[in-house]
Amino acid sequence: MSIVQSPEGFATADQPSVSSERWRARLRRLRPGLVLAWATVAIAVAWATLPWLFTSYSPVDGVPRQRRLPPGALHWFGTDELGRDLYARVVHGAVHTLSGALISVAVGLAMGTLIGLIAGSVERRLDDAIMRVIDVMLAVPALLLSLSIIIILGFGTVNAAIAVGVASIASFARLARSEVVRVRRMDYVEAAFGSGGRFFAVLWRHVLPNSLTAVLALAALQFGHAVLAISTLGFLGYGAPPPTPEWGLLISEGRNYISTAWWLTVFPGLVVVAVVLAANRIGQSLVRRTL
Amino acid sequence: MTAAPNVPSLLAVDNLAISYASGESRQQVVHDVSFEVRPGEFVALVGESGSGKTTIAQSVIGLLPRNGRIEAGAIRLNGITISDWNDTRLNSLRGARISLVPQDPGQSLNPTRTIGAQIGEIFRIHGQRDRAEIRRRVIELITRVGLSDPELRAGQYPHELSGGMRQRVLIAIAIALKPELIIADEPTSALDVTVQRRILDLIDDLRREIGTAVLLITHDLGIAADRADRIVVLRHGRIQEQGETRQLIAAPQNVYTRQLLADVPVLAEAVLRPAPSAAAADAVLVRNLTVEFGTAWSRTRFRAVDDVSFRVAKGTTHAIVGESGSGKTTTVRAIVGYQRPTSGQVIVAGTELSSLRGERLRQFRRSIQLVYQNPFGSLDPRQDIRDIIAEPLLNYAPVLRLERQRKVEAMLDRVKLPRAVLDRRPAALSGGQRQRVAIARALILDPPILVLDEAVSALDVTVQAQILKLLDELQRELSLTYLFVSHDLAVVRQIADTVSVFKNGRIVESGAVESVFHHPRDPYTIDLIAAVPGRNLPRRVAIAAE
Repeated sequence: MSIVQSPEGFATADQPSVSSERWRARLRRLRPGLVLAWATVAIAVAWATLPWLFTSYSPVDGVPRQRRLPPGALHWFGTDELGRDLYARVVHGAVHTLSGALISVAVGLAMGTLIGLIAGSVERRLDDAIMRVIDVMLAVPALLLSLSIIIILGFGTVNAAIAVGVASIASFARLARSEVVRVRRMDYVEAAFGSGGRFFAVLWRHVLPNSLTAVLALAALQFGHAVLAISTLGFLGYGAPPPTPEWGLLISEGRNYISTAWWLTVFPGLVVVAVVLAANRIGQSLVRRTL
Repeated sequence: MTAAPNVPSLLAVDNLAISYASGESRQQVVHDVSFEVRPGEFVALVGESGSGKTTIAQSVIGLLPRNGRIEAGAIRLNGITISDWNDTRLNSLRGARISLVPQDPGQSLNPTRTIGAQIGEIFRIHGQRDRAEIRRRVIELITRVGLSDPELRAGQYPHELSGGMRQRVLIAIAIALKPELIIADEPTSALDVTVQRRILDLIDDLRREIGTAVLLITHDLGIAADRADRIVVLRHGRIQEQGETRQLIAAPQNVYTRQLLADVPVLAEAVLRPAPSAAAADAVLVRNLTVEFGTAWSRTRFRAVDDVSFRVAKGTTHAIVGESGSGKTTTVRAIVGYQRPTSGQVIVAGTELSSLRGERLRQFRRSIQLVYQNPFGSLDPRQDIRDIIAEPLLNYAPVLRLERQRKVEAMLDRVKLPRAVLDRRPAALSGGQRQRVAIARALILDPPILVLDEAVSALDVTVQAQILKLLDELQRELSLTYLFVSHDLAVVRQIADTVSVFKNGRIVESGAVESVFHHPRDPYTIDLIAAVPGRNLPRRVAIAAE
């Protein structure tokens, strides 16, 4: 704003130096909470992609003599009732929980954006009809909706992820629609129609890209919710089947030993809390930047 | 500065320098600015956007944005330095000795409180507690600024008043305590010309009556020349020239002042345009056009355009002139095919519009293109300039990539933009450059007719003059027909051959520009022409020299 430029001159001749300056300024302004959040997510992603770098123990084969050992130098998070290293199970479980969260966000984002785009660009009455259905979806508690969908689809990691994703469609659709309606009023959209643009071409070229920024920020926020929801479903026994070290399932299994082996619930629980908080923090920073 | 030097100055700004923090660095936006305002004097601070004029005004009243800082210099009020005062101390001055009339009357009033309460607030802030007395003075003020039914107005909310009425309310607040200095920051730029004139008359009258000095911040040299005793010309945060109005206008010393004077569209100016041949075919024919808006629930319908007829000959420029709400934009949207007429006919390039649907409407759009007022909203921020200009080509019969590239570059040359902008986004371009891009996009399909909806209104005068010159050249090279919508009669006089004056959805007068301007018959047209600022600017001969 304060770049003074001659009326028809260029303010951009020195752009590279300006932008690198801006990057440096941004780096200096990084907030510690946000850095910590990114670090947490980075570790979780590393666990999911390269688990063997972090632990040499097997997540499924236990050592019978080392049952329910408390946390120590050998077993950082302790061991469970079958003598399996809990830290190894948490590390190897990351891939199940995170990929589940990814699938569910992808389902919610894709379906929600599509529905929002349709609702925001068709005529009023159809828009109203679609959005009332969305309102009904929002009225049903998300967990209940996910459970009903799982009952239909059957148990399993992927199905649980899809169920969580379907439950989040409504909030994506609502945001996407409001963004689409906002962008559709812009002069450049009318100009695109005015220069002969066909309906779908204009939606694809102008409306979708310009509406997507806020929706993508919501996706980051939704990631945290998805981790929590998938863990909840795992805990309730609707997610991955038992030997799988999915985080919710770990907490659920540890619950039986909560009086004798507290670490079985506490450590997986802390990991879930950390990842959810980190995802929320990142999501919020993105939302704030776009809105 | 020929006025008696022994008169002490009311406001003195000495070697003022102001910088803004941007990221980690600080950018200086006001450099070494000195000027003064004497008691009762009317001084105008003139400059284009980005010249630092608003920043200077804000610093005087201590309202710089958080990232702004006075780097050097001093601001003195009656000889006392106030530039280093803190907010609490400045509060005793604000409203009482210096007051501000803000730019946008739409945003400067609290929408949840009545007019009376908002005017009364200034008395309460400055210690008055007697309710009956406050009420009496509020009513007196409302009457003083020329609003009818003061008792009724005091109980109304801002949304119930028009823009001009709201500006009067803001002026009432500013003069409430009879301050020594009123700073008016573009007080009329959001208003129609006739309202603008009345508001400026009001400020002038009040100044004479209560002896207040006025510091007017404006981009419009015409207004400054008409009203001010002295003018300070700013550019890039530096004073280019200052002096008594008459002298500065008659004999500008500075190159930039001269440029500015040359670029201001002046009503008195006669531009020699070749007379349109009477035999030319109609490019646009509008017959008894009526457009009504209604809601689904209520029966009452609002008639935005009422039985409008006019014709535009091929190769000429027809101007549609009117104030906001006069129906000019609705008319234009009906001509471009965005708005279906309730009744009447629109015939563009021989095609009757109302029969067009779907694919035939899409094909029709090749023949008429619209350039929007706001170049910041009419370009997709996520596309680069190359894609923006090329996009219309993708919508019709496929054009080969190389051919497209060639056409875009040729069009870029036509609108006089350098090739370097092709890979940039709109955000990296100035307002004038963006408007050139918008014109290039409109012309790439070779439409015979171009509709310009207030296309130069958002631009600084210098840029405006450049765009008008470009439009003129394009019209001659490509024999285009223009439909030029504007509220600015001075601009219309420069560019148009024929004109229709709109008021409340009807055409009150139309004809050749020269005859309408020289012999206006309708009282509204007369009022409109009288309201155009710049009466005191010197008359120029046609800009024949190119």
